[in-house]
Amino acid sequence: MRLFDLGIVDFNAAWQLQKNIFSQVRENDFSAAVILCRHHPVITLGRNTKKDNILAGEETLRQNSIALYKVERGGDATYHGIGQLTAYPILNLHYFKKDINWYLRKLEDIIISCLSDFGVRGEKRKDLTGVWVEGKKIASIGIAIKQWITFHGLSINISSGDLENFRFIRPCGMDIEMTSLESVLGRPVSIEDVKLNLILKFQEARREDGKSCSAGIRRRDN
Amino acid sequence: MVKVALPELGEGITKATVSYWYFQPGEKVNEKDDLVEITTDKATFNLPSPCAGTLSEVFFREGDSVNIGESLAVIEEQV
Repeated sequence: MRLFDLGIVDFNAAWQLQKNIFSQVRENDFSAAVILCRHHPVITLGRNTKKDNILAGEETLRQNSIALYKVERGGDATYHGIGQLTAYPILNLHYFKKDINWYLRKLEDIIISCLSDFGVRGEKRKDLTGVWVEGKKIASIGIAIKQWITFHGLSINISSGDLENFRFIRPCGMDIEMTSLESVLGRPVSIEDVKLNLILKFQEARREDGKSCSAGIRRRDN
Repeated sequence: MVKVALPELGEGITKATVSYWYFQPGEKVNEKDDLVEITTDKATFNLPSPCAGTLSEVFFREGDSVNIGESLAVIEEQV
């Protein structure tokens, strides 16, 4: 599995890289890659975004240095900031399982397993996508799939610093309260530590779910 | 004439919404071109054209709900 650790980047840079890696996965150069990054403040609008779920005008967003992008993922509006860890898995599901729900639940499992290593019990909610802790949402998911290759992905709120920027939207089109790993634990958390843990979780999942398919890759997968 | 049906998208998914047609009826498409974007709650899914030809008919408009297995479009195959 290829890893791309971008540090803190504008959303657009990671978006363009996703498209670039998508092309390589489509050409069968490799079957799985994950981009990890943190974003400068940005609101992205998925295909299901309803106008009412954006609570601030463009001028207000500009004044708060928050960029705005319409993107091709599913889901409604979401916010990304440097207090979050964002992961964009680009996987050829032909080599895993061609099942959108399986993939969404797998991302939730990976997040829950990662949180668990930090002593936090994350939960799924019936008929909803994402991960909750003590009734508040800690991680969001929105994906796109072309030719059974995934892009876009997940974000986990780690630090509490910029959670207030969620006030500019109704996250995922719902009246929900967001939380962060730091808020739950009541202490600072190293985003680097969470990132390294999340990488391990992705590698575990790659081994468990993609193993039987690796023979189908034309070139050697790293 | 090749019918394009909404494929199985995953366990428990019985329908999806047409969110974008990349081509209009009468336009030529290549095999594997993105033909139509389908949306479920948290995912978009692009359905590629199964063959090269002309998109002759679409049965659903953007915003319409489609059941798995239903025909979305017809392509007159290029010979």
